[in-house]
Amino acid sequence: MGKREAVIVGVADLPLKDGKVTAPMSVLQAQALCARDALADAGIAMREVDGLLTAGMWGVPGPGQLATVTLSEYLGIAPRFVDGTNIGGSAFEAHVAHAATALEAGRCEVALVTYGSLQRSEASRNLAGRPSVLTMQYETPWGMPTPVGGYALAAMRHMHEHGTTSQQLAEIAVATRQWAALNPAATMRGPLSIDDVLASPMISDPLHLLDACLVTDGGGAVVMTTAEHARAIGHRKPVHVRGYGEAHTHWTIAAMPDLARLTAAEIAGREAFAMAGVRPDGIDVVEVYDSFTITVLLTLEALGFCKRGEGGAFVANQRTAPGGAFPMNTNGGGLSYAHPGMYGIFLLIEAVRQLRGECGPRQVQDAATALVHGTGGTLSSGATCILSTH
Amino acid sequence: MYEKPLPVVDPESAPYWAALKERRLILKHCRDCGRHHFYPRALCPHCHSDALEWSDARGTGSIYSYTVARRPAGPAFKADAPYVVAVVELDEGARMMTNIVTDDVESVRIGQRVVVAFEAVTDEITLPKFKAA
Repeated sequence: MGKREAVIVGVADLPLKDGKVTAPMSVLQAQALCARDALADAGIAMREVDGLLTAGMWGVPGPGQLATVTLSEYLGIAPRFVDGTNIGGSAFEAHVAHAATALEAGRCEVALVTYGSLQRSEASRNLAGRPSVLTMQYETPWGMPTPVGGYALAAMRHMHEHGTTSQQLAEIAVATRQWAALNPAATMRGPLSIDDVLASPMISDPLHLLDACLVTDGGGAVVMTTAEHARAIGHRKPVHVRGYGEAHTHWTIAAMPDLARLTAAEIAGREAFAMAGVRPDGIDVVEVYDSFTITVLLTLEALGFCKRGEGGAFVANQRTAPGGAFPMNTNGGGLSYAHPGMYGIFLLIEAVRQLRGECGPRQVQDAATALVHGTGGTLSSGATCILSTH
Repeated sequence: MYEKPLPVVDPESAPYWAALKERRLILKHCRDCGRHHFYPRALCPHCHSDALEWSDARGTGSIYSYTVARRPAGPAFKADAPYVVAVVELDEGARMMTNIVTDDVESVRIGQRVVVAFEAVTDEITLPKFKAA
């Protein structure tokens, strides 16, 4: 018997209209519907799920919140492997990594990763900052707008050290909108120009409103098993998890080791590339967390797609747009597709769809290897997955 | 009545906030590696030694990065907007978040020299803001 190898066999996300779910629902219901659809996509029954991984901003009030315990009760399953790791929006890339480790070690046979948020419908997004306790007593009193302020501090420092411009950051928002225009499921699909981004209101210098992601609802699920199990059930297009890595460095932004350098992504990416045995030039399609335009630029440098300080030049001239040399964030990203608080699971869903060739007008030709990188907190955590068709 | 968020002082941070009330900015200094750090911890974040002591900071430094908040962080900050939130690198080497007190937010720059400007916002809490040196 060969080595057990982890594969992704099912994905699903909730349909949205104008950034909201199409009918009122609870956050548990949202995740159950995604789980049902992802399991149907995989050809696996819910009763076979013995691994459950989730993270969210929901929970039964009280100490600890215990998300996996609440969700497994709701789904009517008793998983023998669980992971409620919450490191922000990158949690789901970490979940895929942890599920892969568990599947390969025989700790579970079918792993389900879920996320749900009704933040737009419930108008529940809290922008007033975090309670001023523990380490936050040194941050919250200063009135930094959250989350944008932390990213603005990083962007300002990157501009200072490397001469990066607002125009270069706007290139990312515009290229991402071009992908959204090709995706009927995306929230914002209308035309967008660099001038539009630069003319949008400055919210926290140097970041404009259109440098920022959307605020929407959303739900998603990913189903994983072993390659052997996928073969046994006749699954036609399993996506292999070739490499992964993760790291985090800080929670309060003043403790970030270097504001112009995404240290967590450097560590996570290095591990993932080494495990997968590929280099940046061997990646066909890239899905990276775009909470803000600067997040993308820092991530591309940290993962080695370009040199440190050269991210601005790298994304210029719509390089990441449809038809460009570097297809990235092909569903329209958090900037234009959807951003339900923690976006990381949607990066995985889009990468799987690209590798299966299901993306219609936005399909990247012959995409065989994808890199997914989530960023969570305020440039705090990074988790990378390298996926392939073989 | 001060309506902005106040620090929730705990046993570990109490000496720091007590010193500020006396218009002193204090830092933890590591006797093993010789480096300062901010915020105060039980173990040095650089070398993990527990041989730490409080030391008075000079109260001078330079702006490592900043942003101008055009949209306030909640209603309590609305009257202040636009205002400057910065990370200052103290001359002792530690970095801390603060506000830059200025009449002209457009004049703020990375690298600018700054000096602490204590602001007693309540009877118990004095915030270490900074202004151009």
